[in-house]
Amino acid sequence: MSIRRRLWARALTALMIAATPALAIDIPVVYLKQVRDAPPVLSNLDPLPEDLGLAGAEVGLADNKTTGGFMGHNYTLEMAVVPVGDDIAKAAEEALARSPFLILDVQGADVTAIADLPAAQSALLFNAADPSPALRGEDCRTNVFHTLPSLTMRADALMQFIRFKKWDKLALIEGTHAGDLAWSKAMTDSATKFGLKIRKSKTWAFDADMRRNAAQEVPLFTQELGDYDLLLVADELNDFARYIPMNTWLPRPVAGSEGLVPTTWSRVVEQWGAAQLQSRFHEHAARDMRPQDYAAWAAIRTVGEAVTRTGGNDPKALRDYILSENFELAAFKGRPLSFRTWNGQMRQPIPLVTQTALVAQAPLPGYLHQRTELDTLGTDQPESTCKAFQ
Amino acid sequence: MTFKTCLRPILSATAISILALPALSEEIWVTNEKDDTISVIDVATLEVTRTIPTGERPRGITFSKDYSRVYICASDSDTVQVMDPETGKILHDLPSGEDPEQFVLHPNDRHLYIANEDDAVTTVVDTETRKVIAQINVGIEPEGMAVSPDGKIAITTSETTNMAHWIDTETRELFANTLVDSRPRHAEFAAGGSELWVSSEIGGTVTVFDVETQAEKGKIRFEVKGVHPDRVQPVGFEFTEDEKTVFIALGPSNHVAVVNAETLEVEKYILVGRRVWHMDFNTDKSLLFTTNGVSGDVTVIDVAKREPLKSIKVGRFPWGAALRP
Repeated sequence: MSIRRRLWARALTALMIAATPALAIDIPVVYLKQVRDAPPVLSNLDPLPEDLGLAGAEVGLADNKTTGGFMGHNYTLEMAVVPVGDDIAKAAEEALARSPFLILDVQGADVTAIADLPAAQSALLFNAADPSPALRGEDCRTNVFHTLPSLTMRADALMQFIRFKKWDKLALIEGTHAGDLAWSKAMTDSATKFGLKIRKSKTWAFDADMRRNAAQEVPLFTQELGDYDLLLVADELNDFARYIPMNTWLPRPVAGSEGLVPTTWSRVVEQWGAAQLQSRFHEHAARDMRPQDYAAWAAIRTVGEAVTRTGGNDPKALRDYILSENFELAAFKGRPLSFRTWNGQMRQPIPLVTQTALVAQAPLPGYLHQRTELDTLGTDQPESTCKAFQ
Repeated sequence: MTFKTCLRPILSATAISILALPALSEEIWVTNEKDDTISVIDVATLEVTRTIPTGERPRGITFSKDYSRVYICASDSDTVQVMDPETGKILHDLPSGEDPEQFVLHPNDRHLYIANEDDAVTTVVDTETRKVIAQINVGIEPEGMAVSPDGKIAITTSETTNMAHWIDTETRELFANTLVDSRPRHAEFAAGGSELWVSSEIGGTVTVFDVETQAEKGKIRFEVKGVHPDRVQPVGFEFTEDEKTVFIALGPSNHVAVVNAETLEVEKYILVGRRVWHMDFNTDKSLLFTTNGVSGDVTVIDVAKREPLKSIKVGRFPWGAALRP
């Protein structure tokens, strides 16, 4: 359908809003982003999109607005961008003066700093960018929900698959960045949890440009890893991992940050109606939908779903509803998504993907749990170090 | 198919006229979403007798009242194809709006109400003039379509907006929007048009509305032994001739529920193929044919015994099913 016809359709929707006799309420959402320096990577193939995350929120907004149009609920989305090094807490305070619903595209300590602001105490914050286990554990906050899965959840998804394949002998290559080390630790911990052992690991500290000589360097580098079934690679910046597959000394598959990747979302996810979300996103942003886009989409949709079902916009009532058994978000992953009551993490299946296909979706068959199989991914209630939610 | 309820009186009339014709065997036409084909199943032999090429990603399928034409939603071709069922030739395409997924033929045998999944609109097409006569804005990802037996109300359900949208077919405007559980997939009028039934895939429920007031009057929940509730996902459903029983496809739980349409109690779960989508009966409604998307087959159910009879291999990702008597 032409863009003109679409606009015409939007105008009509606006007309219908005016005609709806429901109680009109406003739901303003702010997408708060701290710009971060991205370290250089070897390949120029996959630049980070500037609207990463935000584009997902915008698609979620459009979804909310359609429902809202029929119910008299007025959703708006505003973007607040804080340049590198500027005061994020101040920007958050200003945003909180305008809206109690914030989607956070910030990292680590900034998340907790914002959550601890007096103005944030009655707000609902959605962490849609930081996967660290600490924010779901000892650094958790009752006003922060996490729509991005934790590193632990993604690592558990991969280990379930590895167990299922009986690839028991593992080796690991990790990068030197903080993100690489965190991902490496998550995979190592998860391997232990699932009774697997990483026999040997090495650090990738080359400073050569691997686009030219990966074929020479990688075989030698991986020769020292001994025998293994699967090579794990921790390279969250997408720097060197792409040069590992097919260049290993032994002919072995690669997983982790390359090869088979456990991810929040990928363009290859097309089942369960996902194709529709992918195509809506593509039409909006002219690129593929990425994990952070999905997390931001899920955040604004969570607000929308709670507002639709409760008919109100009070953050406290919405928080109670989101944490209740009644909340369920249809989010194109084949089963309803909900939130863990002990740390605010959104439960979700984790697709295991290659560049071109979905290989499996965790939880894999056979991983059972008394509450929901989704809780076989990530830190379960008894192990949780999050105290704030108790 | 979706419009079965409103076609019922006509169907029986057709059945009578068919008796007078030389013995033509009944067929079930199944659209194969990922093969761009239709598999034609002979009801007498329970075998696939023909495979007919279609446009891209065929899903919804329905016949004209006299069965001289078959309409096919070719979703990725952005068109509704009109086919001669005798020859399997495409006669022409109808303008359908973008990504038509599911549709319903108005009792006037002329107007098709089409859900445009990618576009949040319901398109009304005149099959005679081949023109779009209305586009109605609905929620995101419209899918389920139904028309009341008297033709006055059309329903679109939208998967992401989680609503049933009530369309006045005269003014072609919405007169009500009712919330349902997550991801509504399929709608049917029942009880002579006094009830509207809507299945919610992710919500795991079927909601029954009173048509007069659009108020919810009942809800069906399911519990399949050994299957996690999250995987019990109601999609397509069909009523028996007396409307006392309804068969409800439960998606990836790989079961069809047999439900008492009066008490709303589930009486039995029948094991079928993987990810069961939609279904249709043969003419005397003694057999039910379910499309099983993931296993690529059709399960034939003995309606009286409530037992599966046979699996028939069809194309990849079978989706819609329609009877050709």
